[in-house]
Amino acid sequence: MTNAVADVKSIQSIERAAAILRLLSGRSRRLGVVEIAGELDLAKATAHGILRTLTHVGFVEQDPESGKYQLGAALLHIGSSYLDGNELRTRALNWSDSLASRTNEAVRIGTLHDGQVLVVHHVFRPDDTRQVLEVGALLPAHATALGKMLLAEHAYAAAECVKAGLPRYTAATIVEGEQLQLALTLIKDRGWAADLEEFVPDEAAYAAPIKDRRGDTVGAIGISGPSERLCVKGKTRSDLAASVREAARSISRELGAMPG
Amino acid sequence: MIHQYIASVDQGTASSRCILFDHAARIVAVSQKEHHHIFPRPGWVEHDPLELLNNVHTVIQRALENAQLKATDIAALGITNQRETTVLWHRETGEPAYHAINWQDTRTDHLVRELGGELGQDRFRDRCGLPLATYFSGPKIRWLLDNVTGLRERAESGDLLFGTIDSWLIWKLTGRHVTDPTNASRTMLMNLNTLQWDDQLLDVMGVPRAMLPEICSSAEVYGEATGSLEGVPVAAALGDQSAALVGQTCFERGEGKCTYGTGSFLLLNTGEAPVQSANGLLSTVAYKLGSRPAAYALEGSIANTGALVQWFRDNVGLITSAPEIETLALTVQDNGGCYFVPAFAGLFAPHWRADARGVIAGLTGYITKGHLARAVLEATAWQTREVVEAMNSDASVTLQTLRVDGGMTANNLLMQFLADVLDVPVVRPLVAETPSLGAAYAAGLAVNFWPDLETLRGHWHPAAEWRPKMDPAIRAKGYRKWQKAVRRALDWVDEDDE
Repeated sequence: MTNAVADVKSIQSIERAAAILRLLSGRSRRLGVVEIAGELDLAKATAHGILRTLTHVGFVEQDPESGKYQLGAALLHIGSSYLDGNELRTRALNWSDSLASRTNEAVRIGTLHDGQVLVVHHVFRPDDTRQVLEVGALLPAHATALGKMLLAEHAYAAAECVKAGLPRYTAATIVEGEQLQLALTLIKDRGWAADLEEFVPDEAAYAAPIKDRRGDTVGAIGISGPSERLCVKGKTRSDLAASVREAARSISRELGAMPG
Repeated sequence: MIHQYIASVDQGTASSRCILFDHAARIVAVSQKEHHHIFPRPGWVEHDPLELLNNVHTVIQRALENAQLKATDIAALGITNQRETTVLWHRETGEPAYHAINWQDTRTDHLVRELGGELGQDRFRDRCGLPLATYFSGPKIRWLLDNVTGLRERAESGDLLFGTIDSWLIWKLTGRHVTDPTNASRTMLMNLNTLQWDDQLLDVMGVPRAMLPEICSSAEVYGEATGSLEGVPVAAALGDQSAALVGQTCFERGEGKCTYGTGSFLLLNTGEAPVQSANGLLSTVAYKLGSRPAAYALEGSIANTGALVQWFRDNVGLITSAPEIETLALTVQDNGGCYFVPAFAGLFAPHWRADARGVIAGLTGYITKGHLARAVLEATAWQTREVVEAMNSDASVTLQTLRVDGGMTANNLLMQFLADVLDVPVVRPLVAETPSLGAAYAAGLAVNFWPDLETLRGHWHPAAEWRPKMDPAIRAKGYRKWQKAVRRALDWVDEDDE
């Protein structure tokens, strides 16, 4: 660290506000003021004052029923790793082509856009059949592999999504908030998502996260196709998941992410 | 099989890259490195040949590392390169005699006019297929021999060697002084029918034969590499546009493609005999694969496409990365009546007007940066339309589908607009890096990694398709306005302009 940094006199309340935001971002559930004060060793009144200010500027939201706190939507637009979708497509072009030819399935890259998945890139299934380019289409986040992957990496977007309601598309769609949160925890842990006929009947999909230099998820890449090809006896295929993850890692490396 | 992969080096105008392909022609690793451009004077563009060479070694090594492969995993190396860029070096020391003079460099402007004399720019078209223009290597060699002290004597004594970038790299990798007909056809020194150096052209251009490389085919083993690919056969050389044609598997007469990069290049395979253009297109060699007969192509070149976007990024500063132009352009519905003719160094095909300079036409108080971004992108599409019309007329076939590749195919707005103004479907194949793929294909054929052209065709699949959906009246009006804007770009340069 340079002397210049060491010499700067910290403003204590900003340090504390930052600690609260960090705490909230690390938890998938809401936290109460007592819990927050306890974790950070603050007086309850101090924590309460900071939380009120953060709520006022939209960085934190308070659940009206439980009175507990979570990160606010305004944070989505600040400092979140924004990467231009057109830039992402350009950087991902080679790897999405490779994924399509390796798996013989259609490839899509999506980003979160107001609680939905915006398709920023689409590679046709390489079987010479007539297909239509779907760049710009919006997909439901909770019912697709791309969407679940993105939600798993963005806890506050997931909470927003649950709050907005989870419409049913097929018998397999996850429509319960708690069930979705459980699924997202599992997805985040293992690093890939699948959609087994949850959006379109008889169709399955896989997705993995694309990360930038800071390790933040800026999008997801995935394949989709008929479940008879993409599943074995109704179960996911680990070889396809591995191919999707490999493509995601290559694009992440292209964006400067450290291997890992 | 021990050798599982083909390495392909694309030494381009902006960067060098190495791509490794597997047997199914899928990309397994990519590495890229940009190099410096040297601008000693307005209009002069140079590279350091040693920097290019070092970068090529670096990207090969990095690609191998990324894929965790060794030289023994590589069946062959193919090279594709920016065309026409001219390197002179000393036979004994291997030291460059001067910087590489880039194809965009216009220092030979006066020289080519002088060489044309009363017969004008088409003086050598019958022999070499090209009009006299600053891009081609022959006049660049002549300029160097005339202007750099001592070079002419050394050229005549055989101590000085000439090469396009393929030759320079192969010489450094294998010690052989060779080139291929696609690169040689861009020098104005090769006879388009015999595919050998033409004594009359050499004589007029004042280039000693002793300094020229042997013209081999585009796909054969030239020698074994040294460096990180120690022992790997160097088995292909193709100019970038020819390589893209091969990568797109345009092996039949009437098949063509357009590569969208810094400049854009539409090539149409015209079969085993050259077709002379009546519409300002170039006749060039498409490829010569081993002992098979050479295939020829008509070529329409557009100087500024990706370069215009880069200019918009670097010199205007309204965007911070090239892909952002699409985001900016999408902030408006249309061009607002604004047209951008990027004749920064004159207009290429089909106009070939060196006296043209860029104009932005149709400006009103209504125009925003979004409209300008649209006009920048649309310029690429309108210029393509001019070339397609010329080609349809010369080759007496009508293009049914445009196969596209290159970095700008990632721009959906541009690709849709292209389909709209051409009124034909635009198709991007699964591998957009077609120059690299083409060089890999040629090298793979040379060492029997792939058995035949049919196998290569089997790798081609559409990855995206854009279909025309523009109202014909709007298309017609747009093209009319574009042509008016082009007329306003002509006759700008005067005698006393430098």
